[in-house]
Amino acid sequence: MSTTTNDVTYTATEMMTVAAARALTNDDVCFVGIGLPSAACNLARLTHAPRLKLLYESGTLETKPQVLPLSIGDGELCETALTTVSVPEMFQYWLQGERITIGFLGGAQVDRFGNLNSTVIGDYAAPKVRLPGSGGATEIATGCQRIYIVMRHNPRAFVERLSFQTSLGHGPTGRERRALSVHTEGPALLVTDLCVMKPDAETNEFCVVSIHPGVTREQVVAATGWPVRFAAAVTVTPAPNTAELEALRDLNARTAKAHGSSSGAADL
Amino acid sequence: MSMFLSLKDAVARFVRSGDRVALEGFTHLIPFAAGHEIIRQRLTDLTLIRMTPDLLYDQMIGSGCAKKLIFSWGGNPGVGSLHRLREAVEKQWPAPLEIEEHSHSAMAHAYAAGAAGMPAAFFRGYRGSDLAKVNPNIRFITCPFTGESLAAVPALRPDVGIVHAQQADRDGNVRVSGIVGVQKEVVLASARVIVTVEEVVDRVADGGSNAVVLPSWTIDAIAVVPGGARPSYAHGYYQRDNAFYVAWDAISRDRDAFRQWIDTHVHGVAAEVR
Repeated sequence: MSTTTNDVTYTATEMMTVAAARALTNDDVCFVGIGLPSAACNLARLTHAPRLKLLYESGTLETKPQVLPLSIGDGELCETALTTVSVPEMFQYWLQGERITIGFLGGAQVDRFGNLNSTVIGDYAAPKVRLPGSGGATEIATGCQRIYIVMRHNPRAFVERLSFQTSLGHGPTGRERRALSVHTEGPALLVTDLCVMKPDAETNEFCVVSIHPGVTREQVVAATGWPVRFAAAVTVTPAPNTAELEALRDLNARTAKAHGSSSGAADL
Repeated sequence: MSMFLSLKDAVARFVRSGDRVALEGFTHLIPFAAGHEIIRQRLTDLTLIRMTPDLLYDQMIGSGCAKKLIFSWGGNPGVGSLHRLREAVEKQWPAPLEIEEHSHSAMAHAYAAGAAGMPAAFFRGYRGSDLAKVNPNIRFITCPFTGESLAAVPALRPDVGIVHAQQADRDGNVRVSGIVGVQKEVVLASARVIVTVEEVVDRVADGGSNAVVLPSWTIDAIAVVPGGARPSYAHGYYQRDNAFYVAWDAISRDRDAFRQWIDTHVHGVAAEVR
């Protein structure tokens, strides 16, 4: 599906990636998940936030890949990093030591409070679908000062109740972080291919704050597995500009060339 | 003290059916050749330990080597599922697979605790995660100084640790550089250690380059296996074969295609030929 705004034509995935990238600033130190988050984080670095610091769980600090990595530990990440530390050091000193401002995550399922499932669909002991599991996500979700989430928007992914809570968002009632003595902020932004959502200041429930050009409220409602709420003033997400699209398409083209048949931007 | 052996002899001598075995390498330096030799020697009932099972454990699980898997992320990076792992968990094929599931932070801390000779690792983790409900090896303790609740997991102490590295010197010291992952920790945590290397050089001193150097007396056997990490990679030697990681998706989806691949590319070749 593509949309045309002011003579610029783009896909829903491009809109999502651009909207996610815009959230990052030059002051951020970002722990990057593979897939959609990796594309958004590198787009930010290649456009408006050249001093953004990207860290991957393979221990690569301040990495500046020219192509999107297929895995979290591609050689490209190490070769373009300021330094590479061991994996235990990465999780002990850098993540647990709370030196990271943003954790950028995806997942198979999200609920209204930004809790994430990347473990199983169905019962844990006899799963309908066995997903990859936590990886770094469980501690990224509590160790980074703030969490941004990017996911494709559909009713299988945006669910009333998670099959499994791999990573804590604001908790099953929206108020569990404090009870668990987790003092970091938690999920603050959820970017999808339809809209941008932010947690309500009172309840921590994710509400729609902007809808991407050409998308209707009805589409958002239909794609969300809970009765989704809209902020008092919902805006239209600014469409990708030419510079953003060029940077993203160049990045994807370089990546496809480097990896053969894969774009490096798969959902997992 | 390390000794140089053929890969076949190293595996025959130091790995037994039923062992707890960790073949590590965080995307980089995954010891595929050694894992294939374990498949060829038809070792069974292994408890396989690895943060990211990757294609190698998909191959070993599908070949019937494993009874249990201890892991923290079981996907084909950037591609999708590990289909042999999924079929073992979802359909008990070729055999039921017990799983003990962690987060990366927990496994990294557990290897470090194993290397340090500690009984367990303590860290700020698993808060608000259902993993603690399904894994009885995830517990919580209270810090005696601050009262903070901290996660505790048992140290990882494999019977056998296996890693790939770039270089060994003639005295059997080993040098690892690039993404070093948990290579040092798994070597120091394991009772028996096999290292496969790209080449033997005169001297592996780190030269101030911050490389990880493993002294010969931390290693039992070294096997020289050029290309021993393919289709993963060896920094400074060859790149990750990302196209194979993509191709594995189709091969591993189908039991017959998988068996045929293992017959041709594992059973059909000798240990030192890759």
